[in-house]
Amino acid sequence: MSAHILAVDDSASMRQMVAFTLKAAGYEVTEAEDGAVALGLAKQGKYKLVLADVNMPNMDGLTLVKNLRMLPDYRFTPLLMLTTESTPEKKAEGKAAGATGWLVKPFNPEQLIATIQKVIG
Amino acid sequence: MTLDLSRFHQTFFDESFEGLDTMEAALLQLDPAAVDAETINTIFRAAHSIKGGSGTFGFTAVASFTHLLETLLDQMRSGKRVITAGNVDLLLKSSDAVRELLHAAKEARQANVELIAHHQQALEAALATDGSAAAVAEAEPTPEVADGWRIRFLPQPSLFRSGNEPMRILRELASLGPLSAEPVLDASLTLVDSLPEDAHLGWQLTLAAPVNEAVVREVFSWVEDECTLVIESIKAVAEAPPGKPQLTVIEGGKGRALPDDRRSSDRRSGERRGDAAAPANGVAAAGGGGSIRVPTEKIDLLINLVGELVITQAMLAQQAGVLDPTLCEKLLAGLGQLDRNTRQLQESVMSIRMLPMDFVFSRFPRLVHDLAAKLGKQIRLDTIGADTELDKSVIEKIADPLTHLVRNSLDHGIESAEERIAAGKPAEGSITLKAGHRGGNIVIEIIDDGRGLNRERILAKARSNGLDVSDSMSDSDVNQLIFAPGFSTAEVVTDVSGRGVGMDVVKKNIHALNGQVDLASKPGKGTHITIRLPLTLAILDGMSIAVGNEVFIVPLASVVESLQARREDVHTVGGAGRVVRVRNEMVPLMALHDLVQLPVTSAPEHNLFILIESEGRKLALAVDELLGQQQVVVKSLESNYRRVPYMSGATILGDGRVALILDAAELVRRTAPALAA
Repeated sequence: MSAHILAVDDSASMRQMVAFTLKAAGYEVTEAEDGAVALGLAKQGKYKLVLADVNMPNMDGLTLVKNLRMLPDYRFTPLLMLTTESTPEKKAEGKAAGATGWLVKPFNPEQLIATIQKVIG
Repeated sequence: MTLDLSRFHQTFFDESFEGLDTMEAALLQLDPAAVDAETINTIFRAAHSIKGGSGTFGFTAVASFTHLLETLLDQMRSGKRVITAGNVDLLLKSSDAVRELLHAAKEARQANVELIAHHQQALEAALATDGSAAAVAEAEPTPEVADGWRIRFLPQPSLFRSGNEPMRILRELASLGPLSAEPVLDASLTLVDSLPEDAHLGWQLTLAAPVNEAVVREVFSWVEDECTLVIESIKAVAEAPPGKPQLTVIEGGKGRALPDDRRSSDRRSGERRGDAAAPANGVAAAGGGGSIRVPTEKIDLLINLVGELVITQAMLAQQAGVLDPTLCEKLLAGLGQLDRNTRQLQESVMSIRMLPMDFVFSRFPRLVHDLAAKLGKQIRLDTIGADTELDKSVIEKIADPLTHLVRNSLDHGIESAEERIAAGKPAEGSITLKAGHRGGNIVIEIIDDGRGLNRERILAKARSNGLDVSDSMSDSDVNQLIFAPGFSTAEVVTDVSGRGVGMDVVKKNIHALNGQVDLASKPGKGTHITIRLPLTLAILDGMSIAVGNEVFIVPLASVVESLQARREDVHTVGGAGRVVRVRNEMVPLMALHDLVQLPVTSAPEHNLFILIESEGRKLALAVDELLGQQQVVVKSLESNYRRVPYMSGATILGDGRVALILDAAELVRRTAPALAA
């Protein structure tokens, strides 16, 4: 069974691009348009990896990561941030929230797949 | 693997334009004196998404411009930069530039280089005013290359809890070149304080790969603050700069405390969904969010098909009229059911195309803001009924006339603050845009509390234009004069409203939508313009009339009355022209038979007329018979057949016959002499 990934981004084009790319690489993908929706989905099922945008309405990516880390199912799950900022402060913020790592936007489909494969094979 | 990303471009453009609209609305709401953190966040998020998407989809010009915009916004968001009216203005102009760049990208054309460069300079200048906050490129360290690397990697116990896995890092290093690893155990560790979820194992690694230090460091980038990392070159190249340490040590630190703004966003995240930017996002979301994006053509096709269905249903109903109700009871009951279902289907399909008036109204706060600043006036804009829904095609066509009317109110209607105070009015002028349903129509009103129309000036202008006017004309007749072609009483043509488009064009555009425009004005008190529009262009309320054996439809909006004139009321004037007296008013007369070249079937003394009005002129049409009032599904003649003079479209009647729809405006224009009052 292919790994199930939760892709979270308020931008429909980014989310569709991520989902399309990952599906093409053989992963199963569920989309969520903000942190609140993602958190609800994550509670209902176990995802092997979560890819989340940082800036989103309703619940931002950092809050999502913090909330996910508190769930028993997601204590060790790779949680990757999709971010446009690559400053050390922003990365530290992500790490402090409990993120595993990040993927800096803009990225192309090849980079996305390479990163995901590195993390979950 | 190469994937074609162009399939996501349309979604990207759609959401980016929506993002810009949200941004613009939020910017206009922004009060520099009392800044709301969520408003700033909404604006920032819009810019941020556009930047992220444009970078990903390869629109680099958009990405680099939005980057500047985002930097400025980020400084405002974090409190590093004070929000001033000047900043808001700069952001508004920058959003225009982003819009232009996006349009250019969408249409694959060159963007307006001057405009972009101008705004880019303004943004850069603003960013440069505070050197400390502006993005300063960090000095890039000279890349250091070695034959190989000795790496001491000691994870902190918490490493697993961020979802990281040391094996992934080792695998990645091994992909760079031959790797040997020796485990390093924490000697001080006892079984008592070791937790199974903690990372206690470290490694001494040797990587025999001639790569840059940065490449090695990149492998550890996700965990560099969760471990002790020592990277040492095995044999440095000779030209390594002197004095540069060959040993780099990064001491892992605990996660830093979160800044305050992050905490406040935590609190907000607990709030219910659906505030601030959420509605816009709800509409924009594709999939998952309960709404979908569908190309307009698909909906148009659906509406067209439903139109055909309505016609078929009407035909069946008409055929069924001759059936014996007792013999065909079930069939007739079924037809009744079909009738109801068809109507419901039609209504729901039409509602898909409905857009809230906000679609048009939302552009006015910006327009009023900009123009008021330009004209040095103080103007408040209120919109009422922005959620009133109207067919998309009507909404798109009403935007320009409305813009023109609002510009007019701003420019000519509202006085300067001094003038207003002298007249005993509040310094701030007011413009109200109002939309609502009235009967089967949408009524849009533009109300200002400005100086109103000047009767004397209009009359003087009319005389100088050679129009036939008299001082005894009623106020409403005088007001109607401003809709005459080439009419403008403004002494100075400004670049605000004096753009060569007159009120006549406004009226023509509204008439083209089967709508009407009325104007009421009180000197010194203001002007009230009322636009009445049909809910949709696909269905028309019409009066069916017969000429010979043919049926024609007259749009009900242009019908004034139907009347039977006495023979002595019909006069011949000049050459062949005829007029009919209607309550002391001479109205030009035209026989529809002549126009469509059909034989007269009714007796000449029948003298049945229907009086139509368009653009303030009346025309009496002689017809054979009035058949009644009905809704018809409008079919385009141009796309189905060809343009026919004096006809605006066609419809299919219940019995399957085609009926042409008369173009009242064209009839009046071509046949009635100017201002036949």
